[in-house]
Amino acid sequence: MRIRWRSPIRGPWLTSVLGLVLLCALPLVIVTGLLDWVAYGPGQTIPADVGALHLPLLGWPTRPSWLFRLTQGLHVGLGIVLVPVVLAKLWSVIPKLFTALPRNPLRAAERATLVLLVGGILFEIVTGLLNIQYDYVFGFSFYAAHYTGAWVFVAGFVLHVALKLPAMTRGLRSRSFRTELRTPLAQTRSEPPGDLVAPEPEPPTLSRRGALALVAGGSLLLAGMTIGQTVDGPLRATALLLPRGRTLPGDFPVNRTFAASGIAPAAVSAGWRLELGSLRLTRAQLIALPQHTAALPIACVEGWSTQQTWSGVRLRDLAALAGVPAPTSALVSSVEVGPFARATLTGAQVRDPDALLALRVNGADLSPDHGFPARVIVPALPGVHCTKWVRSIDFTTSGPRP
Amino acid sequence: MTGLRAAGVLACLALGAYAATIVVRDPSLHPSIPWMLAWFAGALLLHDLVLFPLYAAVDRMLVHLPAAPVPLVNHVRVPLLGAGLTLLVFLPGIIRQGGPVHLGATGLDQAPYLIRWLWLVLAMAGASALVWVVRVTRRSAAGG
Repeated sequence: MRIRWRSPIRGPWLTSVLGLVLLCALPLVIVTGLLDWVAYGPGQTIPADVGALHLPLLGWPTRPSWLFRLTQGLHVGLGIVLVPVVLAKLWSVIPKLFTALPRNPLRAAERATLVLLVGGILFEIVTGLLNIQYDYVFGFSFYAAHYTGAWVFVAGFVLHVALKLPAMTRGLRSRSFRTELRTPLAQTRSEPPGDLVAPEPEPPTLSRRGALALVAGGSLLLAGMTIGQTVDGPLRATALLLPRGRTLPGDFPVNRTFAASGIAPAAVSAGWRLELGSLRLTRAQLIALPQHTAALPIACVEGWSTQQTWSGVRLRDLAALAGVPAPTSALVSSVEVGPFARATLTGAQVRDPDALLALRVNGADLSPDHGFPARVIVPALPGVHCTKWVRSIDFTTSGPRP
Repeated sequence: MTGLRAAGVLACLALGAYAATIVVRDPSLHPSIPWMLAWFAGALLLHDLVLFPLYAAVDRMLVHLPAAPVPLVNHVRVPLLGAGLTLLVFLPGIIRQGGPVHLGATGLDQAPYLIRWLWLVLAMAGASALVWVVRVTRRSAAGG
């Protein structure tokens, strides 16, 4: 099969520019993604056993309080923004797919590793996009698949960069970027004959700067439709097609509704007690304790976030009340039953002065969707561990390092 | 140099294989492995064998657009690409897939996404048409 490639702008220079963008941006997506695994904390990482394939599992800090908001917002946001660049890069090298496999076994093996590179990045994009839109059509564990896929991609990516860095440098030096930005359609010519360059191109319908503007425009469009899921106020609605561009009227986003929790309303009404070891506290008794107010973000693994003003009892005060003044960990359990209905906090997370068992938000009692009667809120803690509908807190002096 | 390249390829394959052990370590994931591989293969082929033939074929049809004082091709191409890109990225909401989980997570249904996307496509097409009209007007004003 012989395909006639027609584009007069396909060539090493354009591929190199797109490659450079990805070379700069993808490491940020990779690292912020791997940080998310660390942020879940010792004993709670998903997947649990990843061998040596993880960043050092140090205690996730509580400061700055927007740390997880930033890292996870970047991971998801930048991941979306790079979709047009990845697609353009694949377009730019597609003639290679139809060239014969090299006879040299080493070259053939190098070509085979592109399966990890291309399969890896597209698998990560597809599973990531489905996950943030709550579409679990794939039917397997998102966490395990996305984490494994990430390392498969990293394997292909590192080798690809190592092999192609000289070609990218040559490609970038082959034409002046500034001159290309000044070259209109009428002056657009094919690159000199060689790799990727069409031997018999059609007349151009788009300049190189036009093609770059098209890709950048696609990225900007997606950025404009994504950033809203991390800001509060009217701008949130700019995330037109994402679940987190919308909220219930007059409310801020939740990651799980009370209805979805399956909790019987009676379990969180007048009979509810907070269990602190052998202590049992009613909500009125909690309200009577010294209250602390802090503006803290809820930031979700799906990349969205919101900052609200929470009031409640400091976790360290509750620890003292429970007779564990210097806890090294705390196991928080929800009335809810399920995989995310409990979370272990480190000593540092419990001791942070803004770490709260929140009873109120923005001056009003928590609503059922936001965790009434009480929920945990800790600076920089992934939202999924800010347990709602809290039933008990076990402060201990064993467990994860402080 | 060849030795170095061979070592690189081996290291890459070794890391890829070691990464795959993550799903092997957890027996509860074993039934999912064939599906994960199938999705990986699907992702690998998604651009080159699905998206590329589709958009390349549509783009080829643009050469048949009628000749105009300002070529129409990019004024059709840009909004089409914008529509395709947003459809691809935001597909689950637009086709209402995953409704129950979406409802449980957000308290909201997926009803508005399709109409919002259609409005977005209309807006991109309208803006592109407007720019084309402005360019034609300016050209005829300048060139007579």
